[in-house]
Amino acid sequence: MSESKTVTLNMGPHHPATHGVLRVVLELDGETIVNATPVIGYLHRGIEKICESRTYQQILPLTDRLDYSAASANNLGYCLAVEKLMGIEAPKRAQYLRVIMAELARIMGHHLWLGTHALDIGAMTVIFYAFRDREMIMAMNEEISGYRLTPSFIRIGGLAYDATDDFIQKVRKFVQWFPKALEGYHQLLTDNKIWTTRTMNIGKISAAEAINHGLTGPSLRGSGVAYDVRKAFPYSSYEDFDFKVPIGETGDVYDRYLVRMEEFKQSIGIIGQAIENLPSGPVFTDNPWLANPSLEEVQSDISALIRRFMINSKGTPVPGGELYSAVEGAKGELGFYLVGDGSEHPYRLKIRSSCFYLASALPRLLVGHMVADAIAIIGSLDVVLGEIDR
Amino acid sequence: MEIEKTLSALSKECPDSILKRADRHGMPEITVGADSFLKVMETLRGFGFDMLTDVVGIDRMPRMPRFDVVYLLMSMEDFCRLAITVELVEGQDVPSVSGIWNSANWGEREVFDLLGIGFSGHPDLRRILMWENFEGHPLRKDFPLEGKDFDKPFDTETIKDYF
Amino acid sequence: MNDLIIIPIIKLLVIFGVCMLFITYTTWLERKALGHFQLRYGPMRVGYHGLLQPIADGIKNFFKEEVVPDNADRAVFLLAPVISISLAVMLLAVIPFGDSFTLFGKRIDLYLANPSIGILFILGFATIGSYGTILGGWSSGNKYGYMGGLRASAMIISYELSMAFAVVSIIMVTGSFSLVDMVAAQHHMWNIVREPVAFLVFLISGIAELNRTPFDMPEAESELCCGYNIEYSSMKFSLFFLAEYTHLFVFASLVTTLFLGGWHGPILPGVVWFFVKTFIVIFLCIWIRATIPRLRYDKVMKLEWKFLLPVALANVIATGVVLTLFG
Repeated sequence: MSESKTVTLNMGPHHPATHGVLRVVLELDGETIVNATPVIGYLHRGIEKICESRTYQQILPLTDRLDYSAASANNLGYCLAVEKLMGIEAPKRAQYLRVIMAELARIMGHHLWLGTHALDIGAMTVIFYAFRDREMIMAMNEEISGYRLTPSFIRIGGLAYDATDDFIQKVRKFVQWFPKALEGYHQLLTDNKIWTTRTMNIGKISAAEAINHGLTGPSLRGSGVAYDVRKAFPYSSYEDFDFKVPIGETGDVYDRYLVRMEEFKQSIGIIGQAIENLPSGPVFTDNPWLANPSLEEVQSDISALIRRFMINSKGTPVPGGELYSAVEGAKGELGFYLVGDGSEHPYRLKIRSSCFYLASALPRLLVGHMVADAIAIIGSLDVVLGEIDR
Repeated sequence: MEIEKTLSALSKECPDSILKRADRHGMPEITVGADSFLKVMETLRGFGFDMLTDVVGIDRMPRMPRFDVVYLLMSMEDFCRLAITVELVEGQDVPSVSGIWNSANWGEREVFDLLGIGFSGHPDLRRILMWENFEGHPLRKDFPLEGKDFDKPFDTETIKDYF
Repeated sequence: MNDLIIIPIIKLLVIFGVCMLFITYTTWLERKALGHFQLRYGPMRVGYHGLLQPIADGIKNFFKEEVVPDNADRAVFLLAPVISISLAVMLLAVIPFGDSFTLFGKRIDLYLANPSIGILFILGFATIGSYGTILGGWSSGNKYGYMGGLRASAMIISYELSMAFAVVSIIMVTGSFSLVDMVAAQHHMWNIVREPVAFLVFLISGIAELNRTPFDMPEAESELCCGYNIEYSSMKFSLFFLAEYTHLFVFASLVTTLFLGGWHGPILPGVVWFFVKTFIVIFLCIWIRATIPRLRYDKVMKLEWKFLLPVALANVIATGVVLTLFG
């Protein structure tokens, strides 16, 4: 027998299917992968280090840049961690609107996943249908916050503004429309024979192994583990809403696909419930360390002026202590390990990124498959490099 | 699982391993010594803590010992969280738990990269976010915020690749 | 003298010019159709609804800098697109575009040549044309290109077989290798009715030979980042691109000639029928591209060797049996 030799193929950091700047060094025998090494760090911006010198309010826009495809969910996770450390809670209306924003963000993130995943496998039309509906959510973001991709709308202590009537109308319309669009996505892919042969039995991972590799979110649920932070540790009034946690059976690419498709449906259900039962009331806490005095107060009262100035320039001192607070981001458990020392800056903020651990499972998932499957598997994990590299 | 029962079973299994106990806003935390650390982790894995959620390294500079490494564990059966802290002086190694949880592999690499804490027995201890011949560990408190060589041109000659 | 030189030259210029125009506008059609399939407009800026876009693209590519990678095999690298385009264009010579007609008292046939082995000529030259793809991928000194070239050669070797067997059954039905005779034989009944299985096999393996979705292995954008032509730019890329669309055009006109009755059709002149049918086939290819995901490489091979080839062979045998019994 002749000596077999392998080829090293450098996939990324500039590759259309690695979703950003992920680099995977593949060792190939023919077209079969015998060894895979993910290399990350090309988008490392040192957010954790920057956070140590910023005030708590200033950090908020940085969290948008973690999983930029579902930015509001990151805002929510960070704000909840700080609020928990301060021992305050946002008003009920703010909590409901936060849920709407976070679920819209999840749908937005899943749209990006659906489009690119299908495009990777070669179905080039799906992305345009997904982005048509993503555009509607962007318009809502713009309506409510002025920004399309990175709203920074959820603030520590509540929301930046109250929702406008226009926003609520837009959300209502979207809730009406979206199930029809979802039907369209299913028609394009779910029963397509080529799609199922490309995704079934590819990138299989058992429940025990998935847990051991630290997978969370839809990728873990695809393996049949019903772990969802929204159910396991309810936050921001998620316990008020009726929704299911979809799980898969075999843990292959197709199951992860089905889980995400079902999550679209559950998310739009949550948004529908939240928008119909939206409580009235304020959208910001009355905690004087956080709440900006109104302009009338500022113009008539010198202490209000000083307070406004202090909040916006010096920041809010947060009591010392340590905690871990997690939310369910679009890609999985997004956690913030926050160490406060009583000052206006966090002493240490560790971001538990779900995509980081998803990417760490790549060698286990890729070995033994072919190059074309590698694309399908990376797409099915839905990694976002902004969150991996931080 | 009942966290009290688990911890008493743990102290029976590994006597004198728990140095401190604390409550982190609802999440119990125990501090263990570096020498009994690996045994504690193996025991906890046996008790059903099957997911290692994250590995957090903290530099508490003026304090002696200087570093904390916090392991966040979770049991997937009833979603019970537990944090394990090891306190380390500079240059001290922690035994790696990547043989017990695969997720520790990258988690520990990140702590090694950004804080310079060694993990003995780690299968692949290389830098992960910074490039291979970067000097220093950015998340240490004595590392300047603007970076060490921020005014030097980026020299591609010195960047070494792994492959 | 006139019959031997002047008329063929005029015919050559006309056929080459018209076909190249159609081929260039096939790219426009593809972009436009894909756009409308995908909720967008496609090219809109250059000319009315982007009608001048192909010309603008051609001019742009013509003036772009020639880049040859350092570790490319320079001679082969430059030769590959030339092989591709010249062999593709040669295929146009034997395609019968329409019935013959009389002009100034002379009988003019609407094809350049009618060799008695027309179909073999096309199969042969189409296969040799794939050398352009293989050499281009291999010589660019890029692993993605190399893998693209590798896949291209495997595809050609496999799909050529079922394609040829599909053609064999047509040859058995019409009793001639000449394309003109094949069209003439379909005067009363199109071959698609007589040989539906051969039609499907020919269509599938033809799309595979063209390297179009769902079989676009050599240039799978998301896997191999464009595969064999990854290192090509400027006019060299344009030539590959043009060759690809020439092959698409030739394939569509072959389907028309072999199965859809060629120039036969009521009322309208034959040439018009021919181009209408050809563009329907091209549109079908574009439609498939917009709808279906890409198959995996090994599944493509499996499809050929375990399904298409046996089916094509069985069809040949069945055709033979039927012809012997009832013919």
